[in-house]
Amino acid sequence: MFPILETKEIAKNVYLQRILAPRVAKKRKAGQFLVLRRTDNGERIPLTIVTSDAVEGTVTIIFQTVGKSTTEFARMKPGDTYLDVVGPLGLATHIENFGTVVGIGGGIGAAPLLPIATAIKAAGNRLLSIVGARTKDLLILEDEMRAVSDEIVVTTDDGSYAKKGFVTNALQEFIDRGEKIGLCIAIGPVPMMRAVAEVTRPHGIRTMVSLNPIMVDATGMCGACRVSVGGTTKFVCVDGPEFDGHQVDFKELVMRNRAYLLEEKTAMERIEHKDGKCMGSVAVPVGGGN
Amino acid sequence: MAEATPRPRPKPFSIPRQPMPEQPPQVRVGNFREVPFGLTPDLAILEASRCIQCKNPQCVKGCPVSVQIPEFIDLVARGKFVEAARKIKETNALPAVCGRVCPQEEQCEMPCVLGKKGEPVAIGRLERFVADFERVTGNVVVPGVAAPTGKRVAVVGAGPAGLTVAGDLVQLGHDVTIFEALHKAGGVLMYGIPEFRLPKDIVQSEVEYIRKLGAKLECNAVIGKSITIDELVTEEGFDAVFVGTGAGLPYFMNIPGENLIGVYSANEYLTRANLMKAYKFPESDTPLNKATNVAVVGGGNVAMDAARTAKRMGAENVYLVYRRSKKEMPARVEEVHHAEEEGIEFHLLTNPITYHGNDDARVVSVECQKMELGEPDASGRRRPVVIKGSEFKLTVDTVIVSIGNGANPLVPSTTPGLDTNKWGNILADQETGKTSKKGIFAGGDIVIGAATVILAMGAGRKAAAAIHEYLKTGAW
Ligand SMILES: Cc1cc2nc3c(=O)[nH]c(=O)nc-3n(C[C@H](O)[C@H](O)[C@H](O)COP(=O)(O)OP(=O)(O)OC[C@H]3O[C@@H](n4cnc5c(N)ncnc54)[C@H](O)[C@@H]3O)c2cc1C
Ligand SMILES: Cc1cc2nc3c(=O)[nH]c(=O)nc-3n(C[C@H](O)[C@H](O)[C@H](O)COP(=O)(O)OP(=O)(O)OC[C@H]3O[C@@H](n4cnc5c(N)ncnc54)[C@H](O)[C@@H]3O)c2cc1C
Ligand code: SF4
Ligand code: FES
Repeated sequence: MFPILETKEIAKNVYLQRILAPRVAKKRKAGQFLVLRRTDNGERIPLTIVTSDAVEGTVTIIFQTVGKSTTEFARMKPGDTYLDVVGPLGLATHIENFGTVVGIGGGIGAAPLLPIATAIKAAGNRLLSIVGARTKDLLILEDEMRAVSDEIVVTTDDGSYAKKGFVTNALQEFIDRGEKIGLCIAIGPVPMMRAVAEVTRPHGIRTMVSLNPIMVDATGMCGACRVSVGGTTKFVCVDGPEFDGHQVDFKELVMRNRAYLLEEKTAMERIEHKDGKCMGSVAVPVGGGN
Repeated sequence: MAEATPRPRPKPFSIPRQPMPEQPPQVRVGNFREVPFGLTPDLAILEASRCIQCKNPQCVKGCPVSVQIPEFIDLVARGKFVEAARKIKETNALPAVCGRVCPQEEQCEMPCVLGKKGEPVAIGRLERFVADFERVTGNVVVPGVAAPTGKRVAVVGAGPAGLTVAGDLVQLGHDVTIFEALHKAGGVLMYGIPEFRLPKDIVQSEVEYIRKLGAKLECNAVIGKSITIDELVTEEGFDAVFVGTGAGLPYFMNIPGENLIGVYSANEYLTRANLMKAYKFPESDTPLNKATNVAVVGGGNVAMDAARTAKRMGAENVYLVYRRSKKEMPARVEEVHHAEEEGIEFHLLTNPITYHGNDDARVVSVECQKMELGEPDASGRRRPVVIKGSEFKLTVDTVIVSIGNGANPLVPSTTPGLDTNKWGNILADQETGKTSKKGIFAGGDIVIGAATVILAMGAGRKAAAAIHEYLKTGAW
């Protein structure tokens, strides 16, 4: 049993949670994730570990409520427990001194970006950050990202806050002003990561993306999380989650993440029904969570 | 225990082999309950009395863990069911499991003398019967264990190999902790073999038995990630480690369209269905796509399990696509028979070459080609050869690729000095389980490749003895 110490809504439908999981807290490195299960009938849900405190034995996650499981997670209060917490999983981010690094977090993607950005900065890189969201209400971790960045640009698609436009516009400006970029790390909705990869490709800028396929076991046993990278099949849970954005077949990933749309609708209707009220519209990002 | 008075022996062949009552096919495809009901006490006694108590019993030689078969059968014939169960447990810790899933027809029952002229004694059914009797009547007793030795052993993986090692070592007085990556112990018995063939509460009661013996169990511990093998030794102070991580890496054929939605590995399909209880969706949260026409690729037990599960998940047509003929199928005869009874359509001498999808990237058909059998290959089975121009399409909305599993690289890749072969299996001595790394033992599917429950248990047995020896002497 893994008790929750804190749950807090940090943006619209975005929650931060601190969970007691000492083994995971002790080991985790930037870029890794964990798997959570709330009840015995529950799904195994992968979420990035945003920070951890080895002394206190806690891990912090930030997630968006997209379907049944994450919605139920968001309702859990301090004292409630997860039945299972597994991790840390996936490969840790490869960190070295690349010179100048551009870190891009779109929407909920700022959550997985933060630990990587922190490690990148600690390794002596110059960090240029771009944090974007569709609208002001969805923007997260601006202050935290600002604290680790040498420079930060915040964008909103609708111009409701900071700079109007997409994260790719801001990236293009960095490139246009002649920044020598050693590495670009982009985490966010799949279409955003694909768009970033297309901006950097002509300039030959190395671009890492963090993928969020549907997973089951997350230990390399089932193959649910497979993606095509450079024409070969990879299992994101053990070979990733980070891959070369210029090699990833994003179209396939978007499609595969839609596999259970119908079933997920059934599951959501079920909790709405049980509550005797409508949950209101729940954000279903194209291609899933990050 | 057995009385001294001799029991009247029936004339060999005077009693026919007793059939096992089971759910009729039309009924069972609509549920996930176990297919055979098991023998009744009367049937069990009758079946047991067929055994002629050979002086030199061949059946025992066919059993990988040398269960004292004539002895336990004699106890059954005398109605001493609980004693019979304990007799088996002297050499086999999981009789309720083995009685259900062991390939008895190729092991103990094959050399049984009665089989020479008629039908062999139904040893597996009797094994299952007594194990169930002991459990259901609440007669399971936990034997006393030896005085603590002060030695600590880590067991990685809670499949049949790991559970056996743990059970044996705690009885010898060692302090044993089992680390399991998934949220439930049991290995393939939990996530792979379906409920209708091996009820999960039986697996869990076997796990519970090992725990009652005194072994500790830590689930959600992915060794190599949560903690490495080396750290188990250096940081957590374990004196020896047994690696029983199984064959859990799904193989794909690398043909076009294999990543379309609806193309599953058998591991994913079965894990969703069994471990995650997708058959109860939406009561359970993990779904499986609703399927009408399913192709299962392969011809082993895994393929049969996948096909029969798909049928129970509501598929109208389930096609089994296998590239050789029925004779070469590695699946147990009983499983093939059950599958046929349940209406699984066999497409033999057929191989998939491409999957086609629709605009939503969902699989809609599988293109196959017909094969014919040529000369035997390295496996001794006749090699399938393509018949040119024989391509045809099957309309499907789900495909389950069941062509085998390899070794999961998580442990070897994070354990420097642990040698593997070219398929990624850990190199270990067959008799002791010793690996290339001092204090580290391995056994089961991770060493020999995807095999059987009883072989994994046999490996666990031998490793436990060797670990005990190592802990006593320190000699490697
Ligand atoms: C390595 C990894 C790290 C992740 N980190 C984060 C994170 O830090 N914060 C966060 O908010 N989300 C993260 N995700 C995504 C998160 O796992 C999904 O949002 C979650 O599983 C949805 O579950 P649900 O039951 O609430 O929704 P469901 O009803 O199951 O699904 C709703 C929608 O999400 C998509 N989806 C379903 N399962 C997944 C999945 N496993 N991954 C991606 N999309 C999925 C579906 O296609 C559907 O459109 C991560 C995913 C992975 C694989
Ligand atoms: C669908 C199916 C049907 C089968 N049917 C039969 C049958 O009818 N009869 C028969 O005899 N055999 C059958 N088998 C084969 C049999 O189940 C296996 O041979 C047997 O389970 C192997 O036992 P094991 O202990 O070596 O490994 P497994 O049963 O595979 O157990 C390994 C365990 O280790 C865990 N693990 C893996 N990596 C790690 C890690 N890094 N850290 C911690 N834990 C880890 C896994 O989660 C798993 O629980 C079948 C197999 C399948 C897949
Ligand atoms: S070989 Fe057959 S008849 Fe002989 S002891 Fe074994 S089970 Fe009985
Ligand atoms: S989630 Fe099962 S292999 Fe990655």
